[in-house]
Amino acid sequence: MDLLHLFKYDFFQHAVLAALLMSITCGIIGTYIVSRRMVFISGGITHASFGGVGLGYYLGFPPLAGAAIVAVLAALTTENLTRRKVLRNDSIIAILWSLGMAIGIIFIYLSPGYAPNLMSYLFGSIITVTSTDLWLMLALSITVTAIFTLLYRPILYVAFDEQFSRIRGIPVMFINYLLIVLVALTIVLSIRIAGIILVLSVLTIPQNITNLFTKRFSHIMIGSVVLGFIGSLLGLILSYYMDIPSGACIIFTLVILYMMARLIKVVNFGR
Amino acid sequence: MKAPLIEIKNLDVAYQKKLVLSNVSLSVFEHDFIGIIGPNGGGKTSLIKAILGLLKPVGGSIKHSLQKSEIGYLPQGNQVDESFPITVKEVIASGLEHGLRIKLGTAKSRQHKVHNVLEKVGLEALASRPIGELSGGEFQRTLLARAIISSPSLLVLDEPDTHVDNQFETELYALLKELNESITILLVSHDIGIISPYIKSIACVNRDLYYHASNEISEDQLKVYNCPIEIIAHGPVPHRVIKEHIHK
Repeated sequence: MDLLHLFKYDFFQHAVLAALLMSITCGIIGTYIVSRRMVFISGGITHASFGGVGLGYYLGFPPLAGAAIVAVLAALTTENLTRRKVLRNDSIIAILWSLGMAIGIIFIYLSPGYAPNLMSYLFGSIITVTSTDLWLMLALSITVTAIFTLLYRPILYVAFDEQFSRIRGIPVMFINYLLIVLVALTIVLSIRIAGIILVLSVLTIPQNITNLFTKRFSHIMIGSVVLGFIGSLLGLILSYYMDIPSGACIIFTLVILYMMARLIKVVNFGR
Repeated sequence: MKAPLIEIKNLDVAYQKKLVLSNVSLSVFEHDFIGIIGPNGGGKTSLIKAILGLLKPVGGSIKHSLQKSEIGYLPQGNQVDESFPITVKEVIASGLEHGLRIKLGTAKSRQHKVHNVLEKVGLEALASRPIGELSGGEFQRTLLARAIISSPSLLVLDEPDTHVDNQFETELYALLKELNESITILLVSHDIGIISPYIKSIACVNRDLYYHASNEISEDQLKVYNCPIEIIAHGPVPHRVIKEHIHK
């Protein structure tokens, strides 16, 4: 039971690094998603991306690249159709959600032979992240952090009151499209770790824990990065010692943390 | 006479493919304080959204002799998510943002302006409070502060007096009267029957618009009009009589 011993393994170092990078992007992007009530949209984008995974298997290119392309397309389509009020927003999401899953299932079925790593796309596998994954995650972490640092105020104002921002001449469309693409990319790169089925929780649970104690956007962002990292690190260690899937273990740990936070709040603040 | 700040001519506005305003004309001059009244669904909000450029008219024209950035706007309270994690001073500072700038002046000049306007609306003590923890009046005050922080030439207010208590309403109108010395004000009121004495003229909107100038009916005119006795009678409640009209 030597914990430090674990850190000597390459795979574990990679996993810790992946957890850190995921916590940075998901902490920031998740705060945007939760504050703007975009959790359902994010669910739609996540599941639609499975179509890209299927296409990747069938056509022989990296499934994650397929997922990225489809996720961005789904994100842009949702944003565009919602703006133009072609359909009800939640109906658009439901259609893209199931269409993506359907395409994924069909193409995986049509692909000859066995689909390797299929389970890892659905449920995540933090201990098998490659150095390519890590470089991509690092690039995204830097991009997301830079955009939220430089454009913090316009992003906050547009998220809070789009109409007012438009009158103030803030490019609302640009901000909305930029952010929905970042949401899609964050989801896709987190799929390697948490999986399509579970990724929503790393985008929402740390935010909701932090939101119990602070109601400032910037504080929720920072708190979620820290809590997301603590949660995924604990989950990772737990999954190693108990020999259970890491993705599910991370989510489970986050939920336990949430319940503990709730309890602390009730005891200390009476609510 | 000076050119109007806003000149609306024969305006038609549609909302979700239904015509909500038809053949509306209105000129807004400097130092006006116009109350826009009318029934729910009559097109009050559509009119100000057209003025703000948020709704494209299907007919007619709106001429502005001021920049969009010179307009301060207070939306209906229900257009804003009150559980959004943002503080009073952050909301107010958003009224200073313009265009897409990575930096906006020095942080100090912005803080200074926020501080001044907080004082003006009496919210100094609540500057760091999240908006979800405000009362109705405090929230409206925050939105008002956001609307006036950029020192606009025109202030457009959409029902600033809903969900607020009488005391706040009195304070609000006193503040607006003071602001009106330098700022032109357009105010949509939620109650057709009750309107502040500080409002100089009234526009009745119900698909079309009837404008009642401030000097429409003076006491002298009332005599000329042979006004029925109950209307000019003195009573405990101050009131105002405007010309009769019929919406088509």
